[in-house]
Parts: sequence; C-alpha cells; structure tokens
Amino acid sequence: MFKALRLEEIYEKMVSSEEYKTGGWRTFKPVFDKEKCIDCGSCWIYCPENSIIKKGKADYDVDLEFCKGCGICANECPTEAIKMVLEEK
Amino acid sequence: MEVAADIPSYVKCRKVCKAKLSANRCFKFRKLLKKVSEEELFSKGHRACSGCGAALALRLALKAAGKNVIVVQPTGCMEVVSTPYPETSWKVPYIHVAFENAAAVASGVEAALKALGKKDRVKVLAIGGDGGTVDIGFQALSGMLERGHDVVYICYDNEAYMNTGVQRSGSTPLGAATTTSPAGKVSFGEDRPKKDMPRIVAAHNIPYVATASVAFPLDYMEKVRKALEVKGPAYIHVLAPCPPGWGYDSAKTIELARLAVDTGMWILYEIENGKERITYKPTVKKPVEEYLRAQKRFRHLSKDIIQRIQEEIDKRWKEIFES
Amino acid sequence: MLKEEVVEEKKVKSYRDIMAGSKAVATAVKLCDVDVVAVYPITPQTPIAEYIAELVANGELKAEYIKVESEHSALSACVGASAAGARTFTATSSQGLALMHEVLFIASGLRLPIVMVNANRALSAPINIWNDQSDAMASRECGWIQIYVETNQEALDSVIMAYKIAENKDILLPVMVNMDGFVLTHTYEPVEIPSKELVEEYLPKYEPLISLDPENPVTMGAIADPNYYMELKYSQVKALENSKDVVKKEQEEFYKLFGRKYDLIEKYKMENADIILATLGSVSGTIKDVIDKLEREKGYKVGLVRVRLYRPFPKEELLDALKGAEVVGVIEKNVSPGIGGGALFNDIKSALYGKSDAKVIGFVAGLGGRDIPPWDIEKAIEICTLAKKEEVEETYWLGLRRW
Repeated sequence: MFKALRLEEIYEKMVSSEEYKTGGWRTFKPVFDKEKCIDCGSCWIYCPENSIIKKGKADYDVDLEFCKGCGICANECPTEAIKMVLEEK
Repeated sequence: MEVAADIPSYVKCRKVCKAKLSANRCFKFRKLLKKVSEEELFSKGHRACSGCGAALALRLALKAAGKNVIVVQPTGCMEVVSTPYPETSWKVPYIHVAFENAAAVASGVEAALKALGKKDRVKVLAIGGDGGTVDIGFQALSGMLERGHDVVYICYDNEAYMNTGVQRSGSTPLGAATTTSPAGKVSFGEDRPKKDMPRIVAAHNIPYVATASVAFPLDYMEKVRKALEVKGPAYIHVLAPCPPGWGYDSAKTIELARLAVDTGMWILYEIENGKERITYKPTVKKPVEEYLRAQKRFRHLSKDIIQRIQEEIDKRWKEIFES
Repeated sequence: MLKEEVVEEKKVKSYRDIMAGSKAVATAVKLCDVDVVAVYPITPQTPIAEYIAELVANGELKAEYIKVESEHSALSACVGASAAGARTFTATSSQGLALMHEVLFIASGLRLPIVMVNANRALSAPINIWNDQSDAMASRECGWIQIYVETNQEALDSVIMAYKIAENKDILLPVMVNMDGFVLTHTYEPVEIPSKELVEEYLPKYEPLISLDPENPVTMGAIADPNYYMELKYSQVKALENSKDVVKKEQEEFYKLFGRKYDLIEKYKMENADIILATLGSVSGTIKDVIDKLEREKGYKVGLVRVRLYRPFPKEELLDALKGAEVVGVIEKNVSPGIGGGALFNDIKSALYGKSDAKVIGFVAGLGGRDIPPWDIEKAIEICTLAKKEEVEETYWLGLRRW
C-alpha cells in the first residue's frame, strides 16, 4: 500500500533550495583582488544569486557552492577588482 | 533624495573610475548601500538562469520588504525557478495559484489579514512577470487596484514570455524578435510598441506607481519601501533584462538595464498621489542604437526602424526632461 | 446542566421562517461566521450575493466582502483568503462555475476548505439561464466534495455541515453545495434557522493547519515535477475518498444537535421495490409524488434513491441500496455528450458492473429549465417496467418536443 501523505507531511518535506548547489552550472569563476577593492558593494548588491560574501571591510568573496558564474560582479566592479577566470574542474 | 543618481558605475574612485560623479555622491552611495539589509529572504539555489535580472529584482524587493510579508506570485519564470517541490527559495510565506490571478489571490490574502486582524503586522506583496501582469493577469490586477486593496504589486518586466521560451507579450518593445514575432523577409519583429502599463495602472488613481530598474537598486528598493508604506494599492514596474531572451552575455544584465535608462528607452519615475516625479535623469543621453545593437533580439533592425525608435524616444525625452 | 439540556436551550432560540433558498444560504453563511466572502453576481445565484452583501452592510455579518470583477477572481480571492487562514465562502452558477474551472482544481490541490454554493444552471450555448445540473457535472473531476440538495432547509444545513467537513484536519478539501437554480434559489419554503449558539456548538472557530504566516513561512503552490506529482495527487485523492466517512460522521453529529437527519443517499420506498429510480436534487420531490400515485393506482413497487453526496461517490451505499432492483432508472438534469445518458447514469452503471444484474437505464430530463412533469416520470417508470420483460434502449431523453 502506498502512503497517502497528510497535508502537514507534504509541507514538512519541504526544504530550502540551498540544498541544491547551483555552483555546478559555472564555467568561469570570479577572482577578487583585494588591493583594488574600494568597498563600494556593487558586486554584492548586483548578484542575482546572493552569492557574494561580505567578509570584512573591502574584503569580498564568492560562495562557489552557488555562484553560477554569470560575471555580473566582474562587469559592474568600478575598479576591475574582480576577474572571471576559467575554472578547472 | 536622488538615490538613483548614485549608481556604482558612476562612483568616482580617484584612480580608476571612468564615471564623472563627484566624490560626494560616491560617498553617499556607499553610505546608503551599507544600510541595505544583509538579510537574504530569497535563498540561493534557485534555478534562474545565470545573470537573471528578474531573480535580482526579487532578491532586492525582499531586502526592502523584510520578513513580514506574504508573497503572491502568478505562474512564470520566477515561480518555477524558486519552488521546485520539495524545495523552496522563499523564506517568507508564499503562494502561487495560477497565471492570470495573482492580483485576485493577493486581494483575498489582504482581505483575510483584515478579517483576522493581522493587517497592521503583515504586508502583501504580489510579484508577477510581464505576461502575468500586462496580458493575462490584467483584468484581475485592474480589479484589485480599483477595489483599493492594500497590496504592493511588482511587475518584473523581461519583455516577453520567457518561461515558455521567448514568445511576445504586450510588453515586448517595437522591433524585438521573439519566437512569435520573428524577424523575417516581410517582418522586422514585433510590430507594435510596448504597452505603457505604468500609465494604465496610474489611470486607476492609486496612491503610488513607480518604474524601476535592477541597475538602480537603491532607487528600486526605496520605491518598494515607499510602496509598502502607502495605504492602498501600489504598483512598481521594474525592468529586468533576460540574458537568453534578449540575447546577450549574462555579465551584461546590469549594463543593459542601465543603458535602457541612459538611452531613454526606460524612464525612472514615480507617481505619488497623482504627483509625478522623475527619479533619475541620465547625465548624458546615449543613442538608442547602442542599446539595440547590444542585443540579439534587435540585431536584425534596419537603420529605418532604429531611426523610428530613436525619434519616438526623442519625442518622449523632450516631453519629460526638457519641458 | 447536562449537555443535552444546554443543547435544548440553544435549540429553543432557533426559529422558523419562510424564505427563498438564496436567503437560507446567506443565513447559513452568517451563522458560520465566515471571514471572507468573494462573489460575482450571476443569475440565478445573484440573490445569494445580494443577501450576503446586505448582511455585511448591516453589520450582521462581520466579514470582508470582496466585490470581485469575475468568477475566476472570486474563487482566486477565496484561495488567497483561505490560504491566509480565513473561513471563506463563494457562490456561483453555470458560466461562472465554468470560468472558475481552472481554479477549482487548484483549490482542491492546495487543500483549502473553501465552501461554495452553486446555483445549478444550464451551460451556454444556446445561452440559457434556467436550471439543470450540467454546470456542476462538468466540474465533477475537480477534486471537490459535491453535495446536491433537495430543499432550502437542506441547503442551509448543508452549508453548515460543509464547513465542518471541509475543515476536518484529515480532509481539508473544498465543498460545493449544489442547489437547483430558481427551483430552490428563488422559491420560498419554510426553513428552520438554528440559533447561532447551536451552530457554534457544532462548528468551532476555524483553526487552519497550514496558513500563510510570517512567523512560520510555508510555500504553497510549489511546482511538482514528474518525481512528485503523482504522490501529491494520490494523497489528495485519498483525502477525498476518506471524506465519505467524515461526511457520514458529521451528518450524524448534525442530527444529534439539530434534529434533522441526512444521509449520503436518501432512500424512499425501497422495500420490495423491483424498480429503483435514482436522481439528484430538487426533482426528487416530484418523483416521490409519482411513485406514490403509481403505487396507489397501479400497485407499482418503485423506489427512489436521491444521491446527496455525489463526490466522493457513495458506491457501497448505492450497491447496498440497489441490490434488490431489477431495473435502475436514472433521471438526471445533465447529459454526457458522446457517451449517452448523464453522469450519474454512467457512474451507477460502472458501480453496479459485475456486482448486480440490474438493467440501468438513463433518462436525460429537464435540460435548460425544461419542466419535468409527473407524466414524464411516469413514462420513465413505464419504460423501466417494460425493461423487466424486453429489451429497451439504454438511454432516453424525457420531454423532448416534436417540432
């Protein structure tokens, strides 16, 4: 006999989409040059994946588990402190 | 406060920045950005395409709204990418019902909050694409606006039915090639101009209407905040470029969204209690060709059509910025 | 005081009145303390929309009344309101129900305990505002619990029971109460109005199991791919099947408190009947009269089952009721084009298959408000009598006029 789920069980099974790592979609990954960073926050605010991590003052990094490698951060960085480099897997 | 003027690419860093903004403005932008909530209510792991403008529109809207909102979405890209059962990207209560009825569902949610005495604590935010808003969802939206429900409706406009693979919508601009308005020997693509949805919404005499762009996040978030504050219906129409649908490299999403504003293709304004205000005036008016040539959907356009589009823009530009 | 005495006292506060079916429904909505009503007027449902609007305008019903711009939005707003934890009501008819069709599936799929009254009316084209049950029958696969009532009293009582059934935590499904347009909605009958206290005793305040609440965010209406869709559908369909026992239980509870007895199927003169008619809704009154007349005049032994609960289908109860029948004649106000007869005829035939040797004959009658006079029912009974001895057609249309 297959189990019919009660409504609450259907909802209890739901999890955050963070269970699914979109990092695998990536071809290029952003690499940060801290020296050039002026802490404007553009990369952070423009990331559609909210995958830019604020580590400290003028210190940003990327969450490679989720970054899809779109390149918006690099394109928007006013000081060219972010470079997209081909990722070797 | 002209928040929109302080977009990052105009930030003046003494050594490298190409923009010509004052140091003062640069400082202001950075200061404001620091105040933006770090709480992410739209989770990672959503299945939106790389560089999706609409996903950014959602993320920013939720940053501005905070967690005391109920989100209602019609069927569309953002609904599909954010709720593949048993996963969800939503950290706020969320409901999707069908394609054409988000505004009606939101009306019901709002009425329930009123009836249950929760209205003061919880806001209702409907977020639909252009298809679900200006086409199939238009009637329900008009009803919701006319009845005066206290709901904020955000339309993320990527100018076609992207979820089903780029078919034209009422929001598709003149000349754009889509799969149902392809360019051909006797066709230059979409042969009708874009439906002026914000104006149609404004004709309902609701307290707040605004246009926005994902390239101007502070301006956009400020508008969302304002919209949530007003009593009664509010509407924000945010332009959200779509890399596969428009045909450009995913890194250029913000660049294109900004170019749309700088060429006059998309005007940033708000109408508060009937009073209209331009929230951002481009420092330099760029030729529309620059915007069109950057996208595959316009690549087939002849000089004539581009000229026609430019003339339309010039007319509007004159009305808005030079009157 | 004993519990019984308390109930007695509350019963005393009940009163009788003569009212149209639509007012009986509006009164039930008031008694159930509905939070959100979203209705769009359509003939013959209109007076329901009007009576409720009046109740809200007078402050007799403290509810949000959403004056929606279409039936599609009416049900959509109910979905939103119900999802947000409110007790909700809508009413419609015919084209309106057809326009709601898409959302009907979603309301049941999302497991929202919405209650709707459908004033049964024919579907266009040709456009026709009069009564038949084609509208509700076209919605029978939508996953709603469907009830068909015979009287205004039953309409009022069924709306109250509908909330109790819909809001049961094991069920959580929408309920559609079907009442014949005009025949009931616009016809005055004596109705007993139970006291508010009695209804409160029966129907507790609605406490949603799952609702849209920032304190405990849930995602409703997620997309289910081929990996999950079937399991979720299975769970929903099982809940609908299980609701049959809940309907039974709640009808008994209702009887204990209100003193009016309802069953899944209503049986009339079944003893020794070799011909049993089956039907839905208000026409059963006429059928009963004809059965009495033929018994008196010709000694015919004809019984009647009126199917009150149509979805989930009371298969076992019907099998049991029809076991002695040689011929089953199904008289119904709807037609299933292309298969013959109406929906109930086909359902009963399939229920009896392999379990009974009874001949099942379908009679399509009363479409688009065509009167079903006693002599048409007599004719149907005569055909059933004939069928005991010889071959007859499988389906008939009653009351067709020769040009």
